[in-house]
Amino acid sequence: MHRVLGDRRAIALLLGPALLVYSLIMLVPMVWSLGYSFTKGNTIDGFTGNGVANFSRLFDDPAVRDALWFTLKYAVIVTAGQVVAGYLLALLYVFFLRRASALIRTLVFFPVVLPTVAVGLLFQKFFQVAPQTGPVNSLLNAVGIDSIDFFGSSGSAFWVLVAMDIWRSMGFYAVLLFAGLVDIPDEVLESARLDGATGLRLVRHIVVPLSLPVLMSSLIFSINGTLKAFDSIVALTNGGPGNGTTPLTLYMFQTSFTYSDYGYGSTIALLLTVVSLLVSLVVYRVSRRDLTEG
Amino acid sequence: MATIDTPPKTIPARTSARTPDRARRPRAGRRGSRLWVKIVVALLLVVEVYPLIWMFLTSLKSNDDYLNNSTWSLPTSWEWGNYGEAWNTGHIGLYVQNSLLAVVPALALMLLLGTAAGFALQIMVWKGRSLTLLVFLAGMMIPPQMILLPLFTVYFQTGLSGTLWPLILTYTGTGLPLTVFMMATYYRTVPRELFEAATVDGAGILRAFWTISVPLVRNALLTVGLVQFFFIWNDLLIALTFTNDQDLRTIQVGLLNFTGDFGATQYGPLFAAICINVFGTLLIYLFLNQKVMKGLTSGAVKG
Repeated sequence: MHRVLGDRRAIALLLGPALLVYSLIMLVPMVWSLGYSFTKGNTIDGFTGNGVANFSRLFDDPAVRDALWFTLKYAVIVTAGQVVAGYLLALLYVFFLRRASALIRTLVFFPVVLPTVAVGLLFQKFFQVAPQTGPVNSLLNAVGIDSIDFFGSSGSAFWVLVAMDIWRSMGFYAVLLFAGLVDIPDEVLESARLDGATGLRLVRHIVVPLSLPVLMSSLIFSINGTLKAFDSIVALTNGGPGNGTTPLTLYMFQTSFTYSDYGYGSTIALLLTVVSLLVSLVVYRVSRRDLTEG
Repeated sequence: MATIDTPPKTIPARTSARTPDRARRPRAGRRGSRLWVKIVVALLLVVEVYPLIWMFLTSLKSNDDYLNNSTWSLPTSWEWGNYGEAWNTGHIGLYVQNSLLAVVPALALMLLLGTAAGFALQIMVWKGRSLTLLVFLAGMMIPPQMILLPLFTVYFQTGLSGTLWPLILTYTGTGLPLTVFMMATYYRTVPRELFEAATVDGAGILRAFWTISVPLVRNALLTVGLVQFFFIWNDLLIALTFTNDQDLRTIQVGLLNFTGDFGATQYGPLFAAICINVFGTLLIYLFLNQKVMKGLTSGAVKG
């Protein structure tokens, strides 16, 4: 029978096309991009080799330092916000809403499927100060606070961005973590309650340790996503004011297509890849250690 | 409970003393917590839904109305014409058409290739299949920025740049890791014996794949297809890179450039365009929300 399921021609026919497309679209370009990082130029003007100049430029470029710092800061804060907000929502679903949570889950999940560009434009108008005072500033005015030009400084623009991304994705993490919490056996919770653990103590000593695996996968997933964030930032601030909200993803895009410097763009993309890999690896290692200890 | 001072009896005494106490406390606690739960739920509803209502109401305002009246107010005259203007003058109709022309073929290709590969990797028996699956999985870690420039060069040099093919091909390729992974996972629940039996009855393995396995994973196909639909439909980066021609813009790129095309002053049509985008996506989600939620969370590996 193994002859049938091990039929080489059938395997090649079924797997071949996918492997071919995947290699041509992802694997080959990845190696190719690595090659670009040793060149200067672009598709239209042609490429010339320039050794490791892009790499030394990478280390001296203050814009890279700013973008890298922004990327990390954004990833850490948004990840913390997403996972904490998602976890609180999941706890709300499981312990307080119970059966009634289906409707709320659906509603809070809304923004997850919405196009980021549309959400970005919506938030832009929601937080704007001119030409029309947006709802947020109107609210501030109503309680006696002067309007804030949220997009006028990179500090406040950053927080609008954080708020938007948490709004956009907390429903997703809530559902993901909800699935983890539902898996905790009722008997465990019941016996913990009988032992006198209630409220926060129950959550801290029983619920959190038992849902640690799904918490960790949320963390890894969220960090992986936030390091690569592009759409929401382009739509909300387009990296501004100045380049105050420019992550590596956007800096790479601008370098490549605004300044047509493919070589340096590829070098920035490589930095982004390395950062993503390193961060995921660290989180993975830390979570593995925590799990085996717990 | 007379001998309350002897150690063995203290424990039952303690619990029995606690039981009535505990029975009362949760009820009181629940009544208190019900109020704050209601407040939290109400707040959530406002935070999730109000921006959408505000956007919808604003899409029906005239420019004067938008600029001069309170942002909270209802439209003074309901300008449904904003939608027509966005659709035709703002080219949203064209952008939706482009998006469909790129997304539908990419989805079909991705599902077909991904299902076949998932079958070959999970059901068929051969050396090196776990390594191959790992190679596919690695694709989920690659930031799309890493493949943009070489692909751009290839598409430019092969003359594909003036068409929607770059989008179709790139979406198919970047979507394959997740599709292959999810389909392989679904095939894990299908017993191999089924296909062995089918071949005993005279069907070739390829026929067994197509006529037996595909109907079996039909549900999974819908789920994966939906997840990928939302990913591709909402993509900005790839579409922005490969569509220089205004006539080829997808809905996201079109929307991003909408203010530019229209002049910054046409608020009604702009909001109408955002609404078309948001409520169109929402409609699909509302019809299939359980599938979308399940699919997105089980496919949560993609970033």
